[in-house]
Amino acid sequence: MNNFVELNFGPQHPSTHGVLRLRAKLDGEIVRELEPIIGYLHRNAEKLCELTFYADNLIFFDRMDYVASMLMESGYLEAAEKILNIPPPERVLWIRVIMNELSRIASHLVWAGAFGLDLGMLTPFFYCFAQRDYILDVFTEVCGSRQETNYMSVGGVYQDLTPEMIEHIDAFLQSFPKKLEEIYRLFVKNDIFISRNKGIGVLSKETAIDYGVTGPMLRASGVNYDVRKANPYLVYDKVDFDVPISQKGDNLARFLVRFEEMRQSVRIIKQAITKIPDGPFFNPKAKKSMMIRLRGDGEYYARTESPKGEFGVYIVGDGGVKPYRVRVRSPSFKNLSVLPVLAKDQMISDLISISGTIDLVFGEVDR
Amino acid sequence: MKSGDAGFITTTVEKALTWARSNSIWPLTFGLACCAIEMMSVQASRLDVSRFGSEVFRNSPRQSDLMIVAGTVTKKMAPRLKRLYDEMPYPKYVIAMGVCVIQGGPYVKGYSVVLGVDKVVPVDVYVPGCPPTPEALTYGIVTLQEKIRGETDR
Repeated sequence: MNNFVELNFGPQHPSTHGVLRLRAKLDGEIVRELEPIIGYLHRNAEKLCELTFYADNLIFFDRMDYVASMLMESGYLEAAEKILNIPPPERVLWIRVIMNELSRIASHLVWAGAFGLDLGMLTPFFYCFAQRDYILDVFTEVCGSRQETNYMSVGGVYQDLTPEMIEHIDAFLQSFPKKLEEIYRLFVKNDIFISRNKGIGVLSKETAIDYGVTGPMLRASGVNYDVRKANPYLVYDKVDFDVPISQKGDNLARFLVRFEEMRQSVRIIKQAITKIPDGPFFNPKAKKSMMIRLRGDGEYYARTESPKGEFGVYIVGDGGVKPYRVRVRSPSFKNLSVLPVLAKDQMISDLISISGTIDLVFGEVDR
Repeated sequence: MKSGDAGFITTTVEKALTWARSNSIWPLTFGLACCAIEMMSVQASRLDVSRFGSEVFRNSPRQSDLMIVAGTVTKKMAPRLKRLYDEMPYPKYVIAMGVCVIQGGPYVKGYSVVLGVDKVVPVDVYVPGCPPTPEALTYGIVTLQEKIRGETDR
């Protein structure tokens, strides 16, 4: 009974979302065993952080989850600012919330577009990227870069949000919900999409917790856990939003949870742009010219909610200008570890849709 | 090409071939890292690259003319990249997109990154940036077209 066909999949494949390689053992069209092989994008970011000043390490975090770089920056700064003892002023916290949520929408839009491509739907890709470009226009306006923003800095942000910029964000928020529903209808009104996702790849609550799965995947399995609610950072305790939960745990549930998250993000930004207080946009202790002299001591673990799940940064400082050790808990890596369980005894065509709903970003898996 | 009064065009076979070839460069779907998202943006609605004849991203190297190396090439990935390049039919072209591919970029001090994809495969056009904007990549494709037509020495 050892006549399985061994199939190699990737690292160059349109549905791997980067450079994932899978080794599958097939019994006909059924996947009996699956082994993900990673490391094709290992860029040793953690090690390089030890060679770089605290303030400059942000560039490596930008390039970890490269579709949501604002969230990576704020995740790193949560820990770094505690180590360096430079708390950001109140206005900066609100700016970071606005940018985080814009980045979360952008990340989910990239995911939705790529997921559509996995299943052979080309149209949603164009719709999603058109909306994402409006968000990137806002990023270009605030920091001059589209994707790898490097907007936040230790103790503040690169430049203040002017009233015109807030106006542009507001204009985006006026038009976006309508377009989001349009994209949503493109998916859910499609019978093929529903039949390829409903009841496929069911992840039970217990398995999800055992494997350390977080983020939308965990919430789609019925666990009410969002770091923004469980351990509020920035000013997430001052804004009103819901955490979408689904009990089903299948592909469709993960899809619906992500779309509901985008609607909640719009709600958060709408509140934030009205509540944002006046004040300085950086801590005077962290002047640009002083950045290389910042010394950190002690250790700190900060966790934030990235679009993929719980993003943890652990920094150890030994009193020098560079960190002694930086360790990243990347949600995509933990979520990928559950793929062999989900894909076991499934059709090989379902393997594509299951790995699509995990939302893998390889800059973060391999670091 | 010269157009005569009699309503016909005279040209050489080579010119006609390169003109046709330069306007239908099919890239290989080969996203490695951050730059791959910008490569997707080139294909998307705002900067529709089909205006330049490069919208058909092929998933198989056997059907593609151009390899856009978009993202950091690691030492583990480099043999696969070389193999994919070898599988492409002639004539084949390579665009190095982003500073990671050109010389290592932010990871230049790292132990696992290939410092320049030109150590592995020959490169025709370099597009700098981290990541390059979609406009920059479009310019890179147009530059490659000029190169194929023999209009520049780049």
